[in-house]
Amino acid sequence: MADDHGDTASSTAVGTDVAQNSAPAHSAGTAVVATDEVPNPGFPPYRPRVTDLDPKVDKQQERRISGLFFISIIGSVLAVAAYIVFPIEPGNMDSVRNNTLFLGLGISLGLLGIGIGAVHWAKALMEGHDLVELRHGTRGSEETRAKAIEVFTLGNKESGFGRRTLLRNTLIGALVVTPLPAIALFRDLAPEGSPVPLLRHTFWEKGMRLTRDPSGTPIKASDLTLGSAFQVIPEGLNDSEHRIEEKAKAAVILVRLKPGDMEISEGRKGWSYDGIVAYSKICTHVGCPVALYEQQTHHLLCPCHQSQFDITREAAVIFGPAARPLPQLPITVDSEGYLIAQSDFNEPVGPSFWERPL
Amino acid sequence: MTTTPTQDVQQKSRGQRFTSAAANYIDERTSMSGLVKEVGRKIFPDHWSFMLGEVALYSFIVILLSGTFLTFFYQASMVEVEYDGSYAPLKGIEMSAAMASTLDLSFDIRGGLLMRQVHHWAALLFVAAIGLHMLRVYFTGAFRKPREINWFIGFVLFILAMAEGFTGYSLPDDLLSGNGLRIIDGMVKGIPVIGTWISYLLFGGEFPGVDIVSRLYILHIMLLPAILIAALGVHMLLLVINKHTQFAGPGRTNDNVVGSPVMPGFAAKAGGFFFIVFGVITLIASTFSINPVWVYGPYDPSPVSAGTQPDWYIGFADGALRLVPPGWEVIWFGQTWSFNIIAPLVILGLFIATVAFYPFIEAWVTGDKREHHIADRPRNAPTRTAIGAAGVTFYAVLWAAASSDLIATHFKVSIEGVIHSCQALLIFGPIIAYLLTKRVCLGLQKKDREIALHGYESGRIVRLPHGEYIEVHEQLNEYERWKLVNYADYKPLVIRPNAEGKISAGQRVRASASRWFFEDRIAPVSQREIEQSKDEHH
Repeated sequence: MADDHGDTASSTAVGTDVAQNSAPAHSAGTAVVATDEVPNPGFPPYRPRVTDLDPKVDKQQERRISGLFFISIIGSVLAVAAYIVFPIEPGNMDSVRNNTLFLGLGISLGLLGIGIGAVHWAKALMEGHDLVELRHGTRGSEETRAKAIEVFTLGNKESGFGRRTLLRNTLIGALVVTPLPAIALFRDLAPEGSPVPLLRHTFWEKGMRLTRDPSGTPIKASDLTLGSAFQVIPEGLNDSEHRIEEKAKAAVILVRLKPGDMEISEGRKGWSYDGIVAYSKICTHVGCPVALYEQQTHHLLCPCHQSQFDITREAAVIFGPAARPLPQLPITVDSEGYLIAQSDFNEPVGPSFWERPL
Repeated sequence: MTTTPTQDVQQKSRGQRFTSAAANYIDERTSMSGLVKEVGRKIFPDHWSFMLGEVALYSFIVILLSGTFLTFFYQASMVEVEYDGSYAPLKGIEMSAAMASTLDLSFDIRGGLLMRQVHHWAALLFVAAIGLHMLRVYFTGAFRKPREINWFIGFVLFILAMAEGFTGYSLPDDLLSGNGLRIIDGMVKGIPVIGTWISYLLFGGEFPGVDIVSRLYILHIMLLPAILIAALGVHMLLLVINKHTQFAGPGRTNDNVVGSPVMPGFAAKAGGFFFIVFGVITLIASTFSINPVWVYGPYDPSPVSAGTQPDWYIGFADGALRLVPPGWEVIWFGQTWSFNIIAPLVILGLFIATVAFYPFIEAWVTGDKREHHIADRPRNAPTRTAIGAAGVTFYAVLWAAASSDLIATHFKVSIEGVIHSCQALLIFGPIIAYLLTKRVCLGLQKKDREIALHGYESGRIVRLPHGEYIEVHEQLNEYERWKLVNYADYKPLVIRPNAEGKISAGQRVRASASRWFFEDRIAPVSQREIEQSKDEHH
């Protein structure tokens, strides 16, 4: 059946021999040249659809598709109705849910009706024959390429770009240097000064009380029972100007262990008080809060990347990608029995950075 | 139905007169008819897998539409405010204006929550559809000449989509996204030499500062979308120039395109499909909650909930961080070398670069300079398919590792066990996947040969006069057979000396790479073989 639809010059109908429209043999490139290839059988005969054969089905499909478009109209109208009928009542979460649900269902219906209808129309009723278009190599024709080369040659000749090397090279040099001011402009993305000193210090100072996070009430040594853990912030942090930035460095976890369970190294003998130890809560890997304390094993677990630290061994890394132990905050008690810091941390807290050891 | 032109004019209805007048008006000012002539009946081949790129395109349009709605209500500011909206549990809590406006948008604007969820679901679908589209292009070899550049542009789109996802994810300034930024900060700080300063400049001072949300916002709604739309434009333009690939089939050759024309068939299907994608996203968004920031609360550096998960497409990067063994940090020359950050960054970088440049690598190895418009069946390129399977396995292991804690709690196994298994799988998984896939491909090719030559098992058992039972094999018709036999066969490159009679080292490498690529091969069935097998059967 040779029914050319006559739409595009390059389109030929299905069922014709391909040999006519396949381009002349081209180089096989690196592929094995097949001398004995199975010949292309050409297009298979068109298999008519039910709608092609039976006008009744055709009509039925038409009604069905217009039904889908009707459903779409109804859906869109319902969406507007839902917007009004299901308002949000302040404080009522059910009303938020109903608004979202019914508005969304209405819109979905409006969209899906159009979508399914249009696709169904295309598949069931629109002309179903496959058409053929010839490909042409992506590369421009020899003539076009010659023209393009000529354009460049003329451009080069008329401007003297290739000949006047001094002009060309200084221009390239100038172009390379022009972005420099743009790079310099970005310096003031952050305030003056170096980030390094900031990373070395936290809010903690000598004599500052350990307080509960987030309330800020001071903690007595006697408040901690054996095995309990407190989330701690320094006293006065909540009133600080840079509360969140300071908290991101100063957050501490406080744990009471049996003094006999702990291995304490030489320099840290006086850093704990009666089995109470304070460690930075900021993971030494990438800075997540190491918030999960396992009472039985005395392990601290970082929920982000599962680094584990052993509190009985000065928060040494026992698993996970972290490389350094959590820094320890030296603590003691004041005259009223409240826990206080002996000093700031003795090393930078949080993730490692290039200049850290300097 | 033949009518003379004069009758035609008289018979035109008012609608037709309006249409032709409008068309005339536009054409006289834009030469639009030329474009319509060129593109209007362009042929697009049909296959379900060609739809994946469309899903990506349409979900991006949904993202643009829903995102625009969100910008009318969202405030990109980290100024601290006291929440006073209608979500009772957070009333009176200090939070950033970004978080407060996100809550207001969700709980005090009708349809606001719906639009937020449409936006988020569409973004998840966008990245997923791009990923699947890339896999389709990869496994069918549709990236080969002349489409290598378009593969690269598509790759850029994938990266931009992930960047869009991450910047958007951070905007509500809730606890979860704040922890995400904290991780980014930690990673940036681990980069040698410049890391500390990059973090300082990015956050406008110490983490988290008060600038990051508004900076990410402008990236999210202006810079990244502008680049994305430009790259998308080039991607589509090259698609039109190169024309779509098609699968092998009777009548189809490397020199034609068989399918339905843009007007009307393809336009109706594609246009309809846009509404289906939009509709399905809206349906999901109206019934399934996503990113309930009110549950997490505002960002605070101290608390964190267990089982935190990034959006799915960042998972592979998070997983890479988790799989580093303890203690990978050294001090050299008085500086910190955080190999627990550097190693995952380098490995991910190499992986991504391999994906980006794969078409150029394969073209070099195969020495193939021809244009390819017939999509390979994956089995017919066993080595490529095996490499792809290895890459997918590598990605999948990293991705699974990002849920290591959930796997551990869900299946009641130890977290150490999960991590160690993932570490082993990361190394051995791709190797096993490679070998297995290659064998499966070759096996399938052999099966194809068998079917092409001897037909398929009909399930009909016949008893021969002397008592033997045989199963009758039915022959394929020539159209069915064509799909099985039409593929190019390659042999490894032969080393040839150059003009000076020397064999360069590059040549040797290339020859051995080519041998690796093409050594195990199953030749397509030839006409002679078919005839021989016919004789045997008769």
